[in-house]
Amino acid sequence: MEGGLGSLGGCGGSSGAATNDHTMSKVEVAEAEASSYPVEAELELGLSLGGGGGGGGGKGKANAWGERGRILIAKDFPSVVSQPQRPNNNNTSISPACVVGSVSGTKRAADSVSHEGGSPTAGSQVVGWPPIRAYRMNSLVNQAKAARSEEDKGIGEKDKSKDNLKKKICNGNKISAPGNEKGHLGFVKVNMDGIPIGRKVDLNAHACYGRLAQALEEMFFRSTTSLNSIGGEKQQVTKSSRLLDGSSEFVLTYEDKEGDWMLVGDVPWGMFLTSVKRLRIMRTSEVNGLAPRFQDRNEKQRIKPV
Amino acid sequence: MLRKASLFPEEMLEHVLSFITSDKDRNAVSLVCKSWYEIERWCRKRIFVGNCYAVRPEMVIRRFPELRSVELKGKPHFADFDLVPDGWGGCVYPWIAALATAYPLLEEIKLKRMVVSDESLEVIAKSFKNFKVLVLSSCEGFSTDGLAAVAANCRNLRGLDLRESEVDDPSGQWLSRFPGSFTSLASLNISCLGAEVSFSALERLVGRCPDLKTLRLNHAVPLDKLANLLRGAPQLVELGTGAYSAELQPDVFSNLAGAFSGCKELRSLSGFWNVFPGYLPAVYPVCSGLTSLNLRDANIQGADLINLVSQCRSLQRLWVLDYIEDSGLKALAACCKDLTELRVFPSDPYGAEPNVSLTERGLVSVSEGCPKLQSVLYFCRQMTNAALVTIAKNSPRMTCFRLCIIEPRAPDYQTLQPLDLGFGAIVENYMDLRRLSLSGLLTDRVFEYIGTYAKKLEMLSVAFAGDSDLGLHHVLSGCEKLCKLEIRDCPFGDNALLANAAKLETMRSLWMSSCSVSFRACKLLGQKMPRLNVEVIDERGPPDLRPENCPVEKLYIYRTIAGPRFDMPGFVWTMDGDSV
Repeated sequence: MEGGLGSLGGCGGSSGAATNDHTMSKVEVAEAEASSYPVEAELELGLSLGGGGGGGGGKGKANAWGERGRILIAKDFPSVVSQPQRPNNNNTSISPACVVGSVSGTKRAADSVSHEGGSPTAGSQVVGWPPIRAYRMNSLVNQAKAARSEEDKGIGEKDKSKDNLKKKICNGNKISAPGNEKGHLGFVKVNMDGIPIGRKVDLNAHACYGRLAQALEEMFFRSTTSLNSIGGEKQQVTKSSRLLDGSSEFVLTYEDKEGDWMLVGDVPWGMFLTSVKRLRIMRTSEVNGLAPRFQDRNEKQRIKPV
Repeated sequence: MLRKASLFPEEMLEHVLSFITSDKDRNAVSLVCKSWYEIERWCRKRIFVGNCYAVRPEMVIRRFPELRSVELKGKPHFADFDLVPDGWGGCVYPWIAALATAYPLLEEIKLKRMVVSDESLEVIAKSFKNFKVLVLSSCEGFSTDGLAAVAANCRNLRGLDLRESEVDDPSGQWLSRFPGSFTSLASLNISCLGAEVSFSALERLVGRCPDLKTLRLNHAVPLDKLANLLRGAPQLVELGTGAYSAELQPDVFSNLAGAFSGCKELRSLSGFWNVFPGYLPAVYPVCSGLTSLNLRDANIQGADLINLVSQCRSLQRLWVLDYIEDSGLKALAACCKDLTELRVFPSDPYGAEPNVSLTERGLVSVSEGCPKLQSVLYFCRQMTNAALVTIAKNSPRMTCFRLCIIEPRAPDYQTLQPLDLGFGAIVENYMDLRRLSLSGLLTDRVFEYIGTYAKKLEMLSVAFAGDSDLGLHHVLSGCEKLCKLEIRDCPFGDNALLANAAKLETMRSLWMSSCSVSFRACKLLGQKMPRLNVEVIDERGPPDLRPENCPVEKLYIYRTIAGPRFDMPGFVWTMDGDSV
């Protein structure tokens, strides 16, 4: 996320561009090692009136600070964030390993670049944001699903959603799976080619690939009511699918932390859990070759999830 | 020492002090002089330790030999949002072991965000003969085995409250462990339990405890059995239902409605998982008397929701999902003039698009219609400075204002400006504001406002905000009463922190994650400030394997007289004098 990248330039303090017009700081650092804090001089106590903002912008380009602070709306942030490191960075001694690692738990520049065309909101990718308790989120998301699907289903289906809800609440109360210490909720989005509305699946509820595939098959191929509401996809029910063994018209893929699309099933389940960001049930015919890695951007433009 | 104090006998002072219960007042009394310190410490009955690592149990025991109630908090607040890695700490066992030896007459233990083992619960169950109240709020690490030990052994238990805790549920039978002769229960909150409990045991328990005033069930208690429980406890004041759905059958409905009608003392309702709206009118008989309604787990929408809320004219506290929408909040504002607390939670927090029509207008309506409003938690997807200014002017009694705009750094959606001015108006107008959470697009300017105006602010939560160290500096130098500061993903770094190091000793704690504080600054702080624990939390590995200028992942600083702790996991390092 942007804040994380802001920190890269701001390592050791605010890093304003030397070209900015700032008054000297009156702030006294507790430890008088001013020489190791080259940007101390730019910590400005009196605020200038220009554009409503403090001093020390932490930006290399004076213009960029003005733009970023004022005009952007949230949707524009991925494109700004993806700009390369600011050239006037005072702390040139930061090592690359340090730079990458400092943005833990938040999107890195590479991620945001690959997500420019993508659909999920930034909020859903950030650990611990929005600030809601994890087990409540499980419960809420399921109730949101149950509420929406309640409108499509008749009375007879209510028990099914109730059981599903109960199960998910139980899972929510369990200690989270080992693969998810970072607090990954376990819920990932699933989109299927040809169906405009995506779903969410709780990865914590499944212990292995087989179970996950079963759940997805149930969700997308046997749920006749949801398919009816979309219309015209009924024949998918008969083309019963084994998503993992290649015998189906569809194949299960996932996007990992690096932004690459991979075939599900190649890595151990635990490793998969820590790296998966979202899933996609792709038409086998859309796959470029049989390599497990697909060209992300091309696929996106053609498939265009909601 | 001259015995001038004999003109004012100790017993008299003790008697006077027995009327002084607030911690702050008690602390002030103890600072008057040495003899008052002594008298006060011998008669203090309750202690609140806001950070379990700020002091060692032995120190508490040595100073206060006659405690009857101990309250402890463990993990930092951001642990609720998975920002504190598992295993960080907050284990309560050392405290329980010490308390068990020192206070055989202890009656109450209240814990928040602590790791509680079954063993701890067993020690509690067996060590305190007169144990009365156990509150485990947002705790984890225990199972129903531990609860069974408490049930079986605490003969005088009055309250068992597991709110928001994560409990392993190997058996639902622990309720049966309350002996048949056990009748003292006044409060039971098991709403967080995942599995079914034995309904017959529950029913018998409820039926034989005449003082039961609070009963919060879990979702597994079916609706058609609720009437039985209610008829067994018509004296209930607070009720949390289980799952609120069943096939709509006239006799079940009338049974339930009749049972609710019999509960004349009912003032607080919660629960309502998986609501079948047809059953909502069953609670209508109690609505006019309700002061507190918690629908945060209830998937009620539209007219059903508005109808329910509109019946509750005496409502003071409402927790609800954003299904209420702006229209529902307008109706709320028209009906519930005594409203003091409103919390609106997101029903679909990760959705890319809004699924409901809940905007800034809803909160504006409530602020206009409810003059007594003093506590707000509001999740929404859009906000304007103008709305915030209006809200600021309408609610002078606000003490807790937490706004969460779901998209990080979202600006005023009409002007595309940062929300500095709006939050500035908030802090300028809310003279008694004690707690504030920010969101949206914010520059250093908002922190200047906060430092200037928020003189009573005790807790501040900041995310994805600010431009530079100036922001942090404004807060640390301006907010005189600041006690807890938690920051994530902001470009705040070494300068402001080091410049305000002394301030940190006046606060309970500071949390900073994904900011720009270097390892070097952490070491410096730890070296210079011996009464602070400066904890670097970094799952990448030891911070001294990276350049000193490298920012740390997470930083947790808290004042302490206990020195560095010794139960840290491998990803936590305490900076002290030796580490530099």
